[in-house]
Amino acid sequence: MTQTVTAAIVGSGNIGTDLLYKLRRSATIDPRWMIGVDPASEGLQRAAALGLEASAEGVDWLLAQEQKPDLVFEATSAYVHRANAPRYAELGIQAIDLTPAAIGPAVVPAVNLDEHRDAPNVSLITCGGQATIPMVAAVSRVVDVPYAEIVASVASPSAGPGTRANIDEFTRATSRGIEVIGGARKGKAIIILNPAEPPMFMQDTIFCAIPENADRDAIAASVRKMADDVAAYVPGYRLRTEPQFDNPTPMRGGMARVAVFIEVEGAGDFLPPYSGNLDIMTAAATAVGEGFATRILAGREPAPVR
Amino acid sequence: MAPKAYSADLDIRVTDSSLRDGSHAKRHQFTAEHVRSVVAGLDGAGVPVIEVTHGDGLGGSSFNYGFSHTPEQELIKEAVKTATQAKIAFLMLPGLGVQDDIREAAGNGASICRIATHCTEADISIQHFGLARELGLETVGFLMMSHSQPPEVLAKQARIMADAGCQCVYVVDSAGALIMEQTGDRIAALVTELGDDAQVGFHGHENLGLGVANSVIAVRSGAQQIDGSTRRFGAGAGNTPVEAFVAVAEKLGIRTGIDTLKIIDAAEDVVRPVMDGECLLDRLSLTMGYAGVYSSFLKHADAQARRYGVSGAQILIEAGRRKLVGGQEDQLIDIAVALAEKN
Repeated sequence: MTQTVTAAIVGSGNIGTDLLYKLRRSATIDPRWMIGVDPASEGLQRAAALGLEASAEGVDWLLAQEQKPDLVFEATSAYVHRANAPRYAELGIQAIDLTPAAIGPAVVPAVNLDEHRDAPNVSLITCGGQATIPMVAAVSRVVDVPYAEIVASVASPSAGPGTRANIDEFTRATSRGIEVIGGARKGKAIIILNPAEPPMFMQDTIFCAIPENADRDAIAASVRKMADDVAAYVPGYRLRTEPQFDNPTPMRGGMARVAVFIEVEGAGDFLPPYSGNLDIMTAAATAVGEGFATRILAGREPAPVR
Repeated sequence: MAPKAYSADLDIRVTDSSLRDGSHAKRHQFTAEHVRSVVAGLDGAGVPVIEVTHGDGLGGSSFNYGFSHTPEQELIKEAVKTATQAKIAFLMLPGLGVQDDIREAAGNGASICRIATHCTEADISIQHFGLARELGLETVGFLMMSHSQPPEVLAKQARIMADAGCQCVYVVDSAGALIMEQTGDRIAALVTELGDDAQVGFHGHENLGLGVANSVIAVRSGAQQIDGSTRRFGAGAGNTPVEAFVAVAEKLGIRTGIDTLKIIDAAEDVVRPVMDGECLLDRLSLTMGYAGVYSSFLKHADAQARRYGVSGAQILIEAGRRKLVGGQEDQLIDIAVALAEKN
């Protein structure tokens, strides 16, 4: 009986390479292919040295191989993934999308992975979404959240050219995730790039509007529980301080609120530890892939003997 | 090199930011009536550009920065309706505001789009400048916290904005921390880099009491646009006082097109009554200039100091030590909590 599923990483840049190290530690995923477009890429060279089949001939090469991967992790760009996604689907390869293409349903492992284990394609939204949506969900499972707002501060050197060229996409996708997965009726996302040296860890603040008479202890307990659940797959994810509760004022739009403060330290696999924003994406992708793998492997178990 | 005149009639063009940077001092509680009266007063004194937006730019109404009393797009409409000669400008920060906000402001009749980034992050503004130009808006770029980077770094960032479609790049002294020659050197570096591709502007704050002096040096170094706020109605210790700058400019023979006596009257009779209090060079705002902290943190640091029973000055000094940039108001809560735990 096969104990692991096979996987290809498409995109040999920073994210794909960091993901490679995380997948190699997985008990249920066997990363076998690393696909890029530049033969000189460090990611491809590292993958080859680690015994993967590394090709700079793109997805065409991968899909022409006799043996196809069970899973594809796409770490290219939204544009490229939009072109590739139908081809994976046609071949029955489940795709985990780390680009902002947003083709499949959005997944945050600590919140809604179980709902989408059979989806042909899932989206990991944005780094800010992976870090903050769990906390919106932690509050909204206790009380009604009419409005939630997140502020994601990331170290400038960890914001790549794709994010910079289309920063509106980050705010749009994250806001939508706060609503659809986080459970807030209205969501708002803010991203700040900070060039401080030495670079800061990713820091996120989550503000949720809550009823004035909310059970604050229950909210705080739910937040702490969620922090543990996320830390189970993102070890550097932690609360910076206890949730802070405030009463309504005009500056607060007349709403009572809770503020949750998060820090994400990266594991330092390939990217430096300050890149918590990138680490949480590759860690979430790994967790989603392992969720898919469990399902696939269960389907392969021989039928019980009568 | 002799500075170039802004136009045949003006040596420089002044933009009044009372209804945008003043939003911080007002804790974002401007009403349509406030906007009507201030715009009428400034417009009547000949102020050529009036900026109207939430203090943190389009989309700033939020938990993090403070919710607006009246939606900013409504305030922009009021300003456009009221002005007879002044153009109405708005501010937006990529990462907070989005392109749809720019479209809406343009649809409401604003004609100048001012796009601000931290002074090392100009490349996040490219898509927004592109859209603004497509919409036929005049464009201005803001390099915020310009004290934190040397002239040559700012010049490179200014080039990114100019290439993206920005028609005037401002050295923005968000912390009110620039001192005289530091201002002149930065303006001169941008003028040299941009040549005829874009103008250069200066936006000053009073946290070290140098708004007017820095603005005069900026003009002498080649700046063609200057920001201020009448009666200093702005963030931190306030912005360069327009009425004082106009008086100084007149004595120096710098043509601003603004009537000195009328703007002095407007400051006293129109703008002051809208303010909750004078913008003062007090302990907290002086600390901001001294520690190089973003001026809009003032009211937030003050609020958190009261909420957690800690020193507002200590919050600001820690904000400077952490090298926070504009927009990170949320971190002031974190700092206040940490200070309270230490006490």
